[in-house]
Amino acid sequence: MSVDVSTPGSPSAQGALSAHGASITLKGLTKRYGTATAVDAIDLEARPGEFLTLLGPSGSGKTTTLNMIAGFVDVTSGELLIDDRPVHSLPPHKRNIGMVFQHYALFPHMSVSENVAYPLRQRKVPKAERQALVTEALRTVGLAHLGHRRPQQLSGGQQQRVALARAMVYSPRVLLMDEPLGALDKKLRDSLQLEIKRIHGELGTTFVYVTHDQDEALVLSDRIAVFNDGRIEQVGTAEDLYERPSTLFVAQFLGESSLFHGVATEGADGAGVRALDRTLRAGRGHARAGEPAALVVRPERIRVHPIDGAAADQAGVDQSAPAGNAVRGRVRQEIYLGNSRKLAVEVADGTQVLVRESAGDLSGSRPGDEVWLTFRPEDAAVLPATPSHDNTPTRTAN
Amino acid sequence: MNKTSTRVWQSLLAVFCALVALWLVAPSLVVIPLSLSDKPSFAFPPTGWSTRWYSNFFDDPSWLDALTASLKVGLLVVVVATVSGTAAAVALTRSAFRGRQALRAVLLAPMIVPVIVVAIGLYALFLKAQLLGTTFGFVVAHSVLALPFVVIPVTASLQGFDRRLENAAAICGANRWATFRQVTLPLVAPGVLSGALFAFVTSFDEVVMSLFIQSPYLQTLPVKMYASVTRDTDPTIAAAATLILALTTVATLAATLYIARRNRVR
Amino acid sequence: MAVVEALTQATSPGVPAGRRAAPSERWGRLALLAPSIVLLLGVFLVPLGIMLWRAFTDPHPGLDNLTWYVGDRVQRQVLFRTFTTAFKVTVVCLLLGYPYAYAMVAAGPKLRAALTLLVLVPFWTSLMVRSFAWVILLQDRGPVQHLLTALGLGHPQLIRTNLGVIIGMSQILLPFLVMPLYAVMSTIDRRLILASSSLGAHPLTSFVRVWLPLSLPGVGAGSLMVFISSLGFYVTPALLGSPRDSLISQQLYTQVNVLLQWGRGGAMGAVLLVVTFAILAVLMLSIRQSARRHTKASEATSIEATSIEATSIEGAAR
Repeated sequence: MSVDVSTPGSPSAQGALSAHGASITLKGLTKRYGTATAVDAIDLEARPGEFLTLLGPSGSGKTTTLNMIAGFVDVTSGELLIDDRPVHSLPPHKRNIGMVFQHYALFPHMSVSENVAYPLRQRKVPKAERQALVTEALRTVGLAHLGHRRPQQLSGGQQQRVALARAMVYSPRVLLMDEPLGALDKKLRDSLQLEIKRIHGELGTTFVYVTHDQDEALVLSDRIAVFNDGRIEQVGTAEDLYERPSTLFVAQFLGESSLFHGVATEGADGAGVRALDRTLRAGRGHARAGEPAALVVRPERIRVHPIDGAAADQAGVDQSAPAGNAVRGRVRQEIYLGNSRKLAVEVADGTQVLVRESAGDLSGSRPGDEVWLTFRPEDAAVLPATPSHDNTPTRTAN
Repeated sequence: MNKTSTRVWQSLLAVFCALVALWLVAPSLVVIPLSLSDKPSFAFPPTGWSTRWYSNFFDDPSWLDALTASLKVGLLVVVVATVSGTAAAVALTRSAFRGRQALRAVLLAPMIVPVIVVAIGLYALFLKAQLLGTTFGFVVAHSVLALPFVVIPVTASLQGFDRRLENAAAICGANRWATFRQVTLPLVAPGVLSGALFAFVTSFDEVVMSLFIQSPYLQTLPVKMYASVTRDTDPTIAAAATLILALTTVATLAATLYIARRNRVR
Repeated sequence: MAVVEALTQATSPGVPAGRRAAPSERWGRLALLAPSIVLLLGVFLVPLGIMLWRAFTDPHPGLDNLTWYVGDRVQRQVLFRTFTTAFKVTVVCLLLGYPYAYAMVAAGPKLRAALTLLVLVPFWTSLMVRSFAWVILLQDRGPVQHLLTALGLGHPQLIRTNLGVIIGMSQILLPFLVMPLYAVMSTIDRRLILASSSLGAHPLTSFVRVWLPLSLPGVGAGSLMVFISSLGFYVTPALLGSPRDSLISQQLYTQVNVLLQWGRGGAMGAVLLVVTFAILAVLMLSIRQSARRHTKASEATSIEATSIEATSIEGAAR
C-alpha cells in the first residue's frame, strides 16, 4: 500500500512556504445525524488567499462545517468544492489540507521536528528538502531552536506554534483552524492572533478559522460567516457585520446593541418600527410591514439628552421631545469604563436600553435622571424579531 | 491523639507490613536451598549441598521436553492471544454497537469462571476431536484463558489514546494504515506489550486445564512439576522451581523499572 | 482492508454514539472480533455447554445427577467445606491485606514502589512453584512443624489438612486482594481525612467514618476476587489438602478423571458455576450501590462492575 500524494504543489525550500490559496465553495452543504440537522444547507465561498472565519456559539454547526471540509465528517448532501473540484468523496489524507486543532494534537512520541516533518514524510519529500522545510517552518513560528524537544516539554503556546508549523510546512493551499487559541490564556491568545495574521499574510494560503470569540474574529478575518443553529446568518467583513447586521442574531452576537421591539412599518421615508407609541425610523430594514420586528442601534450611536425635571413636570411629557427618533427613559445604572461609560436606560415598556458615551462627550446624566434618547435613522436598522430563513434576504453585498 | 501515639501506630503498621511482605515473598524462596540439596528427598533444611538436581533437570529429556513445550506453547499463545485480544479491544473501544457490553463480559469471563469447570468440558471436547496432548490444543486452550489479560490493558491504553491524533495524522496526509502504524500503534504499544507479557505468563503458569488436556507425549512444565510432586520426592522439581522463580523475579523487576522510567520520561 | 477501515473509522469528533454503522465498518468490526469469538466459542462456551449437557444427559437424560448431588451427604459436606474454606481464606487475606494496602497509599513514592514490587513478584510467580514451596514448608517433619515444636506448640499436622490448605491459599491469593484494594484507596482524597481531623474528629473516628466507607468498594472487589478464586481453586488444595477434607474442585476432578462419572462431574461443575455467578452478581450489585452512594457523598470511587477484575490487573501492570 502506498501513500497517496495528490499534488502537494511541490514545495521548494528556497521559495519559503508560500502557496497560492485555493478557493473553497460550499453549496447547500448539509449534515444530518439521524433526525438532528447539524448543518442546514449552507452556501459559502472562501476566496483564494482569504482569511475566512466561521463564527458562532457552540453547537451552531461551525465546527461540523470545518470537519466536513477536512473530511472527518461525511457530507449528507450538497456540494463541497476546493478550486472548483468536488472533494466530498475524498478521504482527509487525499485533500491536501493543513489543519490546526484546538488541543494541538501533536504526536507525543515524536520530537517537534519529527512532528513538523510528518506531513512531508507522507508526501515522500526527500530528506534534505524535508529538513530545510522543517527548519523554515519552525523559524517562521519562532521555534527554530526547539526542534529536538518533545511536545510535552513545551508550553501550550509553543505547542500551538508547532501545530501551526506542521500544518503549513507542506504549503497546503487551504489551512483550517479549529479554535486554535481556545486552550490558551488571554495574553497568549492576543500575541498569537497577531502572529497568525502575519503568517497568513506571508503564506498567501486560504485560511478557514473557527472560533466562538467575536473579538478574535474581528481581529483576524477578511470576512466572517456568522453561524447560528446550523445556518449562516450573514457573511461579510467585520465592518459589514457590525455596522450593517442583517439579522437580530448577528446584531446581538457581534458587539453590543440596543433594541426597540415593536411592529415593522413601511413609510415613504424608509423602514420603521412602531414601538413605544411612536414610529421610530431606520435607514435600512429587512422586516415586512406588520410583522414583529426590532429596531437595532449600536449603543455608541445613541445620544442622551437630560430633561430639566421641573420643566417636564409642568409642561406634560412630550413637550420637550427633540425632533426625529426620540425615546424617553430613566437612567437606571451607570458603568464606568475609563475611556467610556455605559448607561442602562429604562424606557416606557420596561426594556433596558444600553447607551455608550465616550469620555470626551458625556451628557452628565446620573442614575435616576429622566432623559431623552435620540439616534439618527441611518444608524438604525429594522430587523425581523423572529428569524425566518426562507424569505428574508440575509446577506449583505459581498 | 497526640504525636507519640501517632508514632506508635505508625511503627506498628510498619512492623505489620514488613511481616506481610515476608509472608508474601519468603515462602517461595525455600525452593532455592532445596534445589541445592544433596539428598533425593524434600527434607528441609538440606544437610548437604550439590548441584546434581540442576544437572538432572538439563539432562533428563522429560524435564527438558516439558520446558521446551511450555516455551513453545507460551510463545504461540502470545501471538494468538495478543493479536486476537488487541483486535477485539480495538473493536470494543472504537465502535458502539448493540451487545458490546455483553461481548466484553464474555471476553472477560474466562478470568472468572473456575478453570476446572471449563477444563472438564474441554477435556470431553478434545477427547472427541483428538486434540489431547497436541500443541494446537494447548495453544487454543491457553489463549482463551489469556484473552482477558490482553483485552484489559489494551482497552485501557486505547481509552487513554487521544483519537484526535488520528485526525491530525490523516490531515497530514497519512492514509488509514499509515495512521494506525505510525501513530496509533506506537502510542498504545505499552498496553499491547503488557498484554503480551500477561499472555505468556498465563500460559507458562497454567496447570489445571493443562492437567486435563495433556498426554504422555506432550506435557508442559507445570504439569510435569505437578506430576513430580504427587508421584515422587525428587528435588529436580526444586531446581525447576528455582529457575522459574529467578526468571519471574528478573522479568517483574525489569518490567517495573521499565514502566517507572517511562512514567518519568513522560 | 475492511479491518484497517474499522481500525481507523469513526474518527469524527462529535459523532453521536449509536448511529447506524456503514456496512464496511460493520464487516471490519466483525473481522476484528472474529478471532476472539472463535476462540471463546470453541474453547470456552462450547466446553461449558458440553459440561452442562452431560450433567443432564449422562448416563440418562433427566435430573438424576442433580438429585444425586443434592441428596449426597458427603457432597453437601464438601460444598459446605469449600465455602467455609473460601470464607476463611478471604478473611485472612483481608486482615493481612487491608493494612498493607493502606501502607502502600500512605507511603512515600520509593517505599510505595518497593511495597508494590513485593506484591507483584509473588503475583507473577508460578502458582505451581508457590504451591510446591508450601508442600515443603508444611510437610511432616518440615520446617514449620519444627518451628512449632520448638515453640512448644506440640506436633501439629499441617499438610493434608484443611488448615494447610487455608494457609497456602491465603498466601497465594493475597496479591489479588491487595491490588484492587490499593487501586481504590489511591483514588481516595486523603485531604478528607485531614479535613475530618481538623474539624476535631479523633483520628480513629475519621478513619472509621471517612476512610473505611470510601475504601469499601476496594474491599468488596478484592474479597470477591479472592473468594471466587478460592471456590474453584484446584492445585493448591490438591497438593496441600487430603482426600478426606477435599474441596469441590478435587471432587470434580475425581468424578471425571478417576470415576469417569461425567454426568456427576457436570452437575458439580454446574453448581460451582451457578454459585460463582450468583455471588458475583450479588456483590457486584452491592459494590455498585455503595460506590454510587459514596460518589455522591465525596466524588470518591466508582467501580464499574466489569472493571473489578480489571483493577487488579491494571494494578499489576502499574
